[in-house]
Amino acid sequence: MTVKKRVAIVGVGISKFGELWDKSLRDITLEAGMYAIFDSGVAGKDIEAICIGNMSAGRFTGQEHLGALAADMGGLGHIPAYSVEAACASGGAAVRQAYMAIRSGEHDVMLVLGCEKMSDVNQSEAMRTMGVASDWEWEGIFGATFPALYAFIARRHMHEYGTTETHLAQVTVKNHKNAEHNPWAQFQKAVPLDVVMKSGLIADPIRILHSSPISDGAAGLLMCSEEKAKQFTDTPIYIEASTQSSDTLALHDRRDICTMDAAVVSSREALRKAGLTIDNIDVFELHDSFTIGEIVLTEDVGITQKGNGGKLLDEGLTEIGAKYPVNPSGGLKARGHPIGATGVAQIVELVFQLRGDAEKRQVSGAEKAMAVNIGGTGATSIVHILGR
Amino acid sequence: MAEHGVAQIWRKIPSMYNVIGNHCTTCDTFYFPPRPVCPKCRRKGHLEDHKFKGLGIVHTFSIVRQAPDDFKTQAPYVVAQVQLDEGPRLTTQIVNCEVTDVYIGMRVRVCFRKITEFGHAGLILYGFKFEPTMKVTGHPDR
Repeated sequence: MTVKKRVAIVGVGISKFGELWDKSLRDITLEAGMYAIFDSGVAGKDIEAICIGNMSAGRFTGQEHLGALAADMGGLGHIPAYSVEAACASGGAAVRQAYMAIRSGEHDVMLVLGCEKMSDVNQSEAMRTMGVASDWEWEGIFGATFPALYAFIARRHMHEYGTTETHLAQVTVKNHKNAEHNPWAQFQKAVPLDVVMKSGLIADPIRILHSSPISDGAAGLLMCSEEKAKQFTDTPIYIEASTQSSDTLALHDRRDICTMDAAVVSSREALRKAGLTIDNIDVFELHDSFTIGEIVLTEDVGITQKGNGGKLLDEGLTEIGAKYPVNPSGGLKARGHPIGATGVAQIVELVFQLRGDAEKRQVSGAEKAMAVNIGGTGATSIVHILGR
Repeated sequence: MAEHGVAQIWRKIPSMYNVIGNHCTTCDTFYFPPRPVCPKCRRKGHLEDHKFKGLGIVHTFSIVRQAPDDFKTQAPYVVAQVQLDEGPRLTTQIVNCEVTDVYIGMRVRVCFRKITEFGHAGLILYGFKFEPTMKVTGHPDR
């Protein structure tokens, strides 16, 4: 078996993100998959396998066995279909599994999906299901909600580095502003700073507008080997590096709760494999399930040094048009965060950006892009670097 | 919900009631919650049960205002990471003070409380919470 050099993305698709009362899990998953297939020009008979990322369809909708479900709904017959889970990084995990399958030579053309339907359960049940992405037995059981765990990070970051509530709000303002121009985003409207700063506290110092919403949505990619890519499109986007790293499940076991060591390791490794430095990356999608997450990740991937994430926002360096544009899609905060779809949706956005198809939210001349998808409070980090 | 099972809670009673974790005699590291394998020494590790003194300081905290169903009647309540004197950090509630009085570095000690009950006729879960230490009881500052 020969190891293939590069893996290409030849098609992308995404469903509308939001509270989609009239659509089921299978409706939105099929929608994203079909868009990806139509975008690629690949015929259904050429797809050799499916990989689908999902965190908790069993709890959110009562349905598991999503691999077979996707193959069935898509009319793709008897091809193998793999379902993968890594909490909020399930989507990134699906992309990486397909990347490895194609590089190994086992499959040449694969459909990658990410999906989550969260609005079929009430808010309490949704909160509890999100909570099991942390260490349920030693964190959640004591009443530490998922927002409270990110509040732990925020409080400590404020204590050690002087990060402020204004910084937490600035991420929201920036990401909502970007999402105004993203037709698939859940919240396509700007929100003023004072509204964010006065929004209700859910777990001090985290407010409702520092938090990603409960969302339904799905995203899809058509991935293939470099040799096949040119058959399907003149503008393939290549995966220059794919890395994954783990850390302790519980936040309290981490060396330093203000640093996601898994993100540090996986982003450094990805840059090394791609032969790039952080300054070569033109556009980022970073996991902002809570706005403190984006602040921490801008430090951990090396855009700025530890503790400087707030200052980076003050200087406006992560806005579209500045040196390090972060979350032009609106991020998890404003595009929405259907858990298993997020990692795939990040890649979809970056493909739009690298093709120059991102319209009013386009980062001009983007050639290299990085996506960081985090599971739990940093127990899984999956990094992809894309290039055109 | 699977996480509301009786046996799942029963298995954890020693740790939940008496803050019993473990200690690796190979590398002299204390673990709470207890670990099945010492992550530093792996097969060379030797773990023994260890009852923690139950004293520590608040490393970070949050006031939970939007609470899950099992904790609705307690909201707003403080959850914190407490750094135990022996080294490890754990996640717990801070009680016996105003929610606004908790601060990073606050000296706390363990106390035994009802954690929650799982619904109207469900299991009642007991275990550790932490409270501010009091000068009169002579707990060392650190």
